Amino acid sequence: MNLNVTMLAQAVTFFVFIFFCKKFVWPPLMRAIETRQKQIADGLTAAEEGKKSLENASRQADEAIAQARGRASEIVAQAEKRVSQMIEEAKTAARAEGDRELAAAKSEIEQEVSRAKETLRTQVATLAVAGAEKILMREVDAKAHADILSDVQKQL
Amino acid sequence: MAAAGQELNPTSYISHHLTNRTVSLGEGPFWTLHLDTWLTAVFLAVVGFGFLWWIVRGATAGVPNKRQAFVEMLFDFVDDQVKGIFHGNRAFVAPLALTVFVWVLLMNAMDFIPVDLAALVSSHVLQQHEWKPVPTSDVNTTFALALSVWGLMIFYNLKVKGIGGWTHELFCTPFGAWFFPLNFLFNLVEYISKPLSHSLRLYGNIYAGEIIFMLLWMWAATGLVGSLFGGVLALGWAIFHILIVALQAYIFMMLTIVYMSMAHESH
Repeated sequence: MNLNVTMLAQAVTFFVFIFFCKKFVWPPLMRAIETRQKQIADGLTAAEEGKKSLENASRQADEAIAQARGRASEIVAQAEKRVSQMIEEAKTAARAEGDRELAAAKSEIEQEVSRAKETLRTQVATLAVAGAEKILMREVDAKAHADILSDVQKQL
Repeated sequence: MAAAGQELNPTSYISHHLTNRTVSLGEGPFWTLHLDTWLTAVFLAVVGFGFLWWIVRGATAGVPNKRQAFVEMLFDFVDDQVKGIFHGNRAFVAPLALTVFVWVLLMNAMDFIPVDLAALVSSHVLQQHEWKPVPTSDVNTTFALALSVWGLMIFYNLKVKGIGGWTHELFCTPFGAWFFPLNFLFNLVEYISKPLSHSLRLYGNIYAGEIIFMLLWMWAATGLVGSLFGGVLALGWAIFHILIVALQAYIFMMLTIVYMSMAHESH
């Protein structure tokens, strides 16, 4: 072992590089690492918040959907009620209209029948008179026998 | 290789490779500078910390590239070790630990270069026939590091505890004020043994590793069989030596952190 000035030179070199390391090497990289750590931590926090707000939003959406569904079924129920009501009204109206038309048709038919009867009666009377004329071979005095004729007419 | 004309025997081979290139800076043996130790150490430090500086200057807080990720792993490893032992502001101790670890690791790793290959480079490129390439197998380096750490320890003892507090600690711990001579003796031994064990542990491990390498390389020079077995054994030793190199750098760093921590905390 021969200790000599080499030791001093090495010690000086050592301190120079400690200084270099402390001043120029260590701080910048540590700063970079710490900045990255902070960024990652912030990112994780943001992700957590995002997850939370997503949960919130989906819960709100679920609520809105449930509400809408309830409202829709309400509307459908109302509509159904209204529809059946309308159908009922329409039925009633149709029935009334039918009855009315039926009655009108009946009365018309009756009128027609009575008119036909009247015509028939007149014609039959005319025929009867014509037949009687032919049987009697002479002219019947329509005026003289008007009462008889109307009598016959009534009997027909 | 040994200088031309010299006979190749174990003693000459080993002593040749363990001789430092010296420069005399003044009168007396103390002013001898081991040029090889110092220049290799400075070169390794410049390369190592220059690399780190280059990466760190372009460091991004975003997605790091692979180089930066590697350096970040290294920093994180050192920072974790410091965090585990040293409780306080790491602004000085962590860079100190990084410097110690990287520098000692690089200097130890010079052991992996076969001595004759290193000698080839030093003799042809640097025109130096004597060049010991492993700075940590020079006791000057390990003492320089250990004594620097020791000086920092004394400095922080005084700075944190004050001269009164430190004196009190020296005389009153660990056995209490009544045993102050025993305490002082105890602490004295501790303070003397710290730099000794700190430096000699590293020096001994690396020096021994180097000697074993040299024996194997010498065997490798004796013929075909020697080359074969010497090569295989040297490979095995080199693989095992990776552990020693890294472990000694790690231990040196850990002890540095421990001493700094002890200086900052009162018993």
